Amino acid sequence: MRSAGSLSVCQLSCEGIDRPNPDVRNPVVSKVTRAWGDNMYKTIMAPVDLAHVERLGKALTTAADLSKHYGIPVCYVGVTATTPGPVAHTPAEFTAKLEHFARAQADKYGLQATAKAYTSHDPAVDLDDTLLKAIAETGADLVVMASHIPGIPDYIFSSNAGYLASHAKVTVMVVR
Amino acid sequence: MSAQADQSPDGAANVIETDYEIGQDNIQANVGPFGLDIHNPVFAISGAVIVAFVVFTLALQEEAAAFFGWLRPALTSTFDWFFLAAANIFVLLCLFLIVSPLGRVRLGGQDAVPDYSYLGWFAMLFAAGMGIGLMFYGVSEPISHFSSSVAEGAGSPDSWAPLAGAAGNTEEARRLGMAATIFHWGLHPWAIYATVALALALFSYNKGLPLTMRSVFYPIFGERVWGWPGHVIDVLAVFATLFGLATSLGFGAEQANAGLEFLFGVPVSDASKVVLITAITAVALGSVVAGMDAGVKRLSEINMALAVLLLLFVIVVGPTMSILSGFFLNLGAYAVHLPALSNPFGRSDANFSQGWTAFYWAWWISWSPFVGMFIARVSRGRTVREFIICVLLVPSFVCVLWMTAFGGTAISQIVNDGYTAVTDAALELQLFQMLAALPLTQITSFIGIVLVIVFFVTSSDSGSLVIDTITAGGKVDAPLPQRIFWCVFEGLVAIALLLGGGLGSLQAMAVSTGFPFAIVLLMACYAIIKGLASEPR
Repeated sequence: MRSAGSLSVCQLSCEGIDRPNPDVRNPVVSKVTRAWGDNMYKTIMAPVDLAHVERLGKALTTAADLSKHYGIPVCYVGVTATTPGPVAHTPAEFTAKLEHFARAQADKYGLQATAKAYTSHDPAVDLDDTLLKAIAETGADLVVMASHIPGIPDYIFSSNAGYLASHAKVTVMVVR
Repeated sequence: MSAQADQSPDGAANVIETDYEIGQDNIQANVGPFGLDIHNPVFAISGAVIVAFVVFTLALQEEAAAFFGWLRPALTSTFDWFFLAAANIFVLLCLFLIVSPLGRVRLGGQDAVPDYSYLGWFAMLFAAGMGIGLMFYGVSEPISHFSSSVAEGAGSPDSWAPLAGAAGNTEEARRLGMAATIFHWGLHPWAIYATVALALALFSYNKGLPLTMRSVFYPIFGERVWGWPGHVIDVLAVFATLFGLATSLGFGAEQANAGLEFLFGVPVSDASKVVLITAITAVALGSVVAGMDAGVKRLSEINMALAVLLLLFVIVVGPTMSILSGFFLNLGAYAVHLPALSNPFGRSDANFSQGWTAFYWAWWISWSPFVGMFIARVSRGRTVREFIICVLLVPSFVCVLWMTAFGGTAISQIVNDGYTAVTDAALELQLFQMLAALPLTQITSFIGIVLVIVFFVTSSDSGSLVIDTITAGGKVDAPLPQRIFWCVFEGLVAIALLLGGGLGSLQAMAVSTGFPFAIVLLMACYAIIKGLASEPR
C-alpha cells in the first residue's frame, strides 16, 4: 500500500515514445544544435491540459521549435484527478490519451517525445506542486507552457504558469 | 455494459458504456474576472431554491416553524417503521458484502492502489461523518436514556425510555442506556454512510460515471439519469447538504458560545455567535483553498489526534477500570438489545422509537449524500470488504469506546458520586460539566471547545467540496472560486437563520429530506448488488 506524500501525486507512466520523423531532420542543423544542446538544455517539459488542447497551439509549437532547435526531447506532462472527468474516465485512460497525444506531436513535428501522467487528489489546488515534482522527476531544465489572460484572481491565487515561473529552479517560458 | 479497453480503470473492471460525456452540460464562462465551470441547471436551481427557502423562512417565520415543525415529526412518527426497516436493510447489506465474494471487488479496478493511508483515510471519514455529534451527544445521550430508563413509570406510554425501561434498577438502566446510545451511533448510521459511499465509489471509479449522486441511479433510469430525474436527485443532495451544514453551523456556534461563556465568561449573544460562524467559515475557507491534502486531510488528522488525546485523558483520569470493563459490557448489552431496538413493528416505546431512533435515522440519511460523497472521494483503491470493515465496523467500535468513556463516566458520576451537575446543565454544556468533575478542567474543556470548532471546520470544508463537485456535474477540478462561493454561502445562510430565526425550522426541513433519500438509498442497494455482480473479482 502506498501512502501519499504531501504532494499527493503518483507517477502513472513514463514511457519514451521515440518517433522522430526522418523527413524533417536536417543533418547540418542537427549537428549544430547538438553542440548547443550540450551547453544549453537537455530536456523540455511541456505541461498540457488535454481538455483545452485547442488553446495550447502557440505553446506547443514553441516547445516543438525549441526541441528541434536544440535537438532535445520534449516530455509532455498531464495531471488528472482519480475520479472520472471530461478527458478520461480513469487514470489509465488519461495516461493512454496523453501518450497518444505525445505520439501525435512527435509525428507532427518530428521530435523525440515522452509522456508522463500524474494523478492528484485535488488538481484544482495541487497542480502547481505536481508540476514542480514533474520537473524534478523528468529532469527537465526548460519548461514551456501556455498562460491564460491574467485577471484579478491572479493577484489572489497566482496562475499556474506564474507560480511555476517564480518557484521552479529551471528556466520557465510562459507563452501568452 | 461492456468493458472498453481504453476506458479500463487500473486492472479489470466493468465500465458502463454511455454517450454522456462528463461536463457536456456544463457552462464554462467568465463572470467578471472569475472563471466558472458549472452544471446547467443543477448549480442555478440549487442556489435559487436555497435562497428562496431562506427568504421564505425569514419572511414567514411562524408559518415556516408551524409547517416544518409539523412535517418532520409527522414523517418520523408515520413512517418510523420505514426508517427502521430501511436502516436494518443497509446494515444487513453491508454485513453480507463483508462475507460474500462480492467483497473482493476493488474500487478503481483490480490493480488500483489506495489514494490515502489508513490513518489519513480514517481521520477524514470520521471527521466528516460524526465527529461533531460525538462532542454534542457523547455525554448527554447516555445520560438521557439512563435517566428515562431508571425513572419511575419507565415503560409506560408517556415514557421516553428505550424498550420497557428498567424502573428503579440502576445497573439495568445503565446497560439499557448505553445500548440505546450505541445503537444510534454504531452499525446503523455507519451502514447508511457506507451504502451511499460504496454506491458512489463503485459507479464512479469502476463504472466511469461522474462523481455525483445521480450516477448511482444509472442501472434504474438508464440514460434518462442525465436529464431531469438526475437533476432532481442532485439538487436534492445539494439542498440536504447545505441546509444540514448551515443549520448545524448555527447550532454549533451556540454550543461553542455556551462553552466559551462557561470557561472564559464570553457573553452569549448574537454578536458572539456571528463572530464564531465567521471565524469557522474563514478557517474552512483557508482549508478549502489549501485543498484536500494540505487542508481537509491535515485538519482531520489534527482533530483525530486531539480527540484521541481527550479520550485517553478521560479513560486514564476517569474511572479507568470501569470504562475498560464497560467497553465489553456495553458491547454485550448492545448485542443483546439490538434485535428489540431495531425492530420496526409493534413497538410499545413509541416516544423512543419515533422521537429518537426514527429521528436519528432520518438525520443520518439526510447527511448521507454529503458524507457518502466525501468518503467515496477518498476511498479509491480499497476492496469492498476492506471498505466496509473500515467504514462500518471500525468506526462503530470507536463509537462504543467514546460513548463508554464519556457517557459511562458521566453515569458513574451520577450513580457513584451523586454528582448531578451534568443532568442539571443545558444540553450544550453537559460535556463541559462532566469534564469539570475531572482534574485539569480548564485544559480539557479548552480542548473540547477547540474540537467542536475544528470539527465544524472539517464539516464545512468537506461539505463545500462535495457541493462544488455536484454542482459542477461531477468535476473535481472546477475553478477554486466556486468552492469559495459555497463555503461563504453556507456561512451566510447560517448567519441569516441565526439572526432572523428559523434555524430550527430549516433543520427540521433538512432532516425531512431523509424520507425521500431513504427511498433513494433502497434503490441504491439494488444498484450496488447489480453493479458489483458485473465486476470481475
